[in-house]
Amino acid sequence: MAKIKGDILINTERCKGCEVCLAACPFTVIAMSKEVNSKGYRFAMKVNDDCTGCTNCALVCPDGVITVYRAKVATE
Amino acid sequence: MEEQFAKTEIRKPENIVYKRTDLLVDRPLSYCPGCGHGTAHRMLMEVIEEMDIQDKTIGVSPVGCSVLAYDFLDIDMIGAAHGRAPALATAIKRMWPNHFVFTYQGDGDLAAIGTAETIHACNRGENITIIFINNGIYGMTGGQMAPTTLPGMRSSTSPYGRDVPTMGHPLKITELISHLPGVYYVTRQAVHTPSHVRKTKKALRKAFELQKENKGLCFIEIVSNCNSGWKMTPVQSNKWMEENMFPFYELGDIKVDGKLIEKKEAPVKE
Repeated sequence: MAKIKGDILINTERCKGCEVCLAACPFTVIAMSKEVNSKGYRFAMKVNDDCTGCTNCALVCPDGVITVYRAKVATE
Repeated sequence: MEEQFAKTEIRKPENIVYKRTDLLVDRPLSYCPGCGHGTAHRMLMEVIEEMDIQDKTIGVSPVGCSVLAYDFLDIDMIGAAHGRAPALATAIKRMWPNHFVFTYQGDGDLAAIGTAETIHACNRGENITIIFINNGIYGMTGGQMAPTTLPGMRSSTSPYGRDVPTMGHPLKITELISHLPGVYYVTRQAVHTPSHVRKTKKALRKAFELQKENKGLCFIEIVSNCNSGWKMTPVQSNKWMEENMFPFYELGDIKVDGKLIEKKEAPVKE
């Protein structure tokens, strides 16, 4: 059986750590990092595998740092 | 960046469902973290990309935070004197009637110093699109009170809250211009949640399609946050905006196809 799986790639150098994407994600896939990027912002990062590729986080990101992937993955 | 929770087997170019549009120049935006300007810019550029009108679009940037919009939007841009963007857009549209012309203005630019230009451009029914970002404050200069500041709302020049008897009422410029016959489409949207972002994009698309048909002026207000000016975190400011701005600045279409939308009166409780 095939299942829809999603994935996000965050450009952490451009992330300003506003946390708007955290509120938009329906599966709490995103959390804030402990480290900071070169500008001194804590950045958003993916913390689990529940992403469905719904694009909500990428739509609300003011800086457009999130790229969303979605594919059908075969499962048993 | 590569060590992020890895599921690289679907991280391939052919599986991309959403990415930042190439019409936004690849450089960091100068806006504060969480500012709605970035999302509004991106939606605007996505509409222009979808309609494939990049080389036929001319934007007019205002004075305010978005004065540097020409650094980020990969289209022809021109900077207007404070508040005079609709006058400049009028001239551009009359010189090149086949081009798409829009202005991108904030509330201090459009509703304060540029009120006369806005109202007369709307009244003449110029075939331009006005995008109006309303955050109820002068964001760039340090959070001073703007015409659109809510009653009781604190700003750096109204530290005890806007006092209506001495400081006047907030100006609902969108409702004001919706009564002018030259205006064809008026709507008020927001960009803080995914559903609102999608609606905003539809409204922008509609405005540019109507401009192609020479229907008249299209006016899109985007209620946005100013977390720096409001002294809140971005998430707090979005919540504050939902609780305080939206009851006063109601979202939704105000004028469609040249006809005012009748507001449904709330049922009176007896």
